[in-house]
Amino acid sequence: MDQPNFANINHSRVSFDDGLALDCGVTLRRLDVAFRTYGSLNAEHSNAVLVCHALTGDQYLAERHPVTGKDGWWQSVVGPGLPIDTDRFFVICANVLGGCMGSTGPCSPRDDTDLAEPPPWGTDFPPITIRDMVRAQKRLIDHLGIARLLAVVGGSIGGMQVLEWAVTYPEAVFAAVPIACAAKHSAQNIAFNEVGRQALYGDPDWHGGRYWETGRVPARGLAVARMVAHITYLSEQALMRKFGRRLRGTQAESPFQDVFEVESYLRHQGGSFVRRFDANSYLTITRAVDWFDLAAEYDGDLAAAFRGTRTRFCIISFSSDWLFPTEENRAIARALNQAAANVSFVEIATDKGHDAFLLDEPDFHRALAGFLAGCAEHAGLAE
Amino acid sequence: MNATQGPVRYVAKNMRVDLRLIAEMIAPGSRVLDIGCGDGTLIDHLFRTRGCDARGIEIDMAEVTRAIAHGAPVMHGDADTDLTQYPDGAFDYVVLSRTLQAVERPRAVLRQMLRIGERALVSFPNFGHWRVRWQLLWSGQMPMTPVWDRPWHETPNIHPCTIRDFFALCASEGYAVEKWLAVDEAGQRSPWRRFPGLANLFGEQALFQLRRA
Repeated sequence: MDQPNFANINHSRVSFDDGLALDCGVTLRRLDVAFRTYGSLNAEHSNAVLVCHALTGDQYLAERHPVTGKDGWWQSVVGPGLPIDTDRFFVICANVLGGCMGSTGPCSPRDDTDLAEPPPWGTDFPPITIRDMVRAQKRLIDHLGIARLLAVVGGSIGGMQVLEWAVTYPEAVFAAVPIACAAKHSAQNIAFNEVGRQALYGDPDWHGGRYWETGRVPARGLAVARMVAHITYLSEQALMRKFGRRLRGTQAESPFQDVFEVESYLRHQGGSFVRRFDANSYLTITRAVDWFDLAAEYDGDLAAAFRGTRTRFCIISFSSDWLFPTEENRAIARALNQAAANVSFVEIATDKGHDAFLLDEPDFHRALAGFLAGCAEHAGLAE
Repeated sequence: MNATQGPVRYVAKNMRVDLRLIAEMIAPGSRVLDIGCGDGTLIDHLFRTRGCDARGIEIDMAEVTRAIAHGAPVMHGDADTDLTQYPDGAFDYVVLSRTLQAVERPRAVLRQMLRIGERALVSFPNFGHWRVRWQLLWSGQMPMTPVWDRPWHETPNIHPCTIRDFFALCASEGYAVEKWLAVDEAGQRSPWRRFPGLANLFGEQALFQLRRA
């Protein structure tokens, strides 16, 4: 497939010329953070809510997406009168470091050469961590003049960023809502990520990661990576309910055609993904997620990471999520209890799997809205 | 604020009688853990009227969802297994209202309560009430009263006890009973403060404040 044009979109962003020092020891000389905001910041700068997006999400959470033309990925959660109420809160979402929607990442021009027109980083982009992503977001928050966020909210690897925020900048986080996530990436999840990466490497258009030189992208590999990942976002019940064993119209005559409806659904998911996502970004971010282990620096004692925290936490899991099962979320809640932190924890009953945090789940939305309203009250935010 | 605006807030008069009595025993500004907190009524009340840092544990997920939706910090958990996670002395008061008789290991739960809290506030329906005794004596069947309102095979109350039983447990565990009271059918404090035997006969519910001796 030819190069999609998502890299040419003019995203609103802020540039930091003093760069960013990464966990790996490399310092990016220049840091771009692309972001969107919704609602307005009050005079005290006390009503800001940062939303951290998931692996393949981006900053366009509550508006038409400039590439796909579809609604924002959290259109049902962020807006006037919605659980994250933009009539009350100033909502910020930034494209993660390593992403491909305007923030510094593998698509950005290298900053370590003297060439007039440096090539993109590609696979040479330094390895990053979830904490590096959070550091980049902190630069944005400082730039916006916000000393303390009322809340940091995110699902999946967005939830990992929320946890990292609470541990790295505890004074800047009044409340934290990690949703459907874990304090470390499990071996099973690393394994799924690796299948996706191997699909990319195996694509003839991968071209050693320098695919921009050919003007083509490893679309098949990226689509397969997305298809595998997408299965982990759903549940067996959700797939049965949506597709069952239904066939696609007439019986296919060749095994290379889609026979079952679920197959064409997955192919569609894979196909539309490659039009909005960069393969090197996919590698960079999945690797960052694999490295994530919040307790690693505390000899495996997760409670030690949270000791002394004054942040209010609300942990939310979904009963049919097998990518980040309730037990992983409960382990976070338990560690917070050990640290005597203020923690709410609820499992929402749903058969929609991990993706439930993106879908219409009334109990989830009520809990999120109620928790944020309670936090606003405790923080002394005017109604 | 006009009464028609905003969500309805919990007010004391709508609260269960034992919760109201418990709230009266808690010093303002305390750190409180409410075990079996339901939809968070007591937590909300303690925050609003006493400025307490009150939190809860609840086993019923639907109640947890309701509590969080009301803005109360509540986590899904089980008194029998989840109290061990909290550090020593994390709370000034640990509350167990009308839940003691439903836990698997009441003695272990009490021990945990007094490890993680300075004081324990425990309320329970009194199985020594005269009506319970009378029904068992007269009909020879498990009693059913407004308080003990489920048949024996359906009840979650697997460890019923009497006021006298509870005094005995506190003595054998070495807990100091700092305050106690019994409440009659009408929700009035019973006047038998000095006579535990009478309280055990006429008290429908009991409330104890304990401390590690």
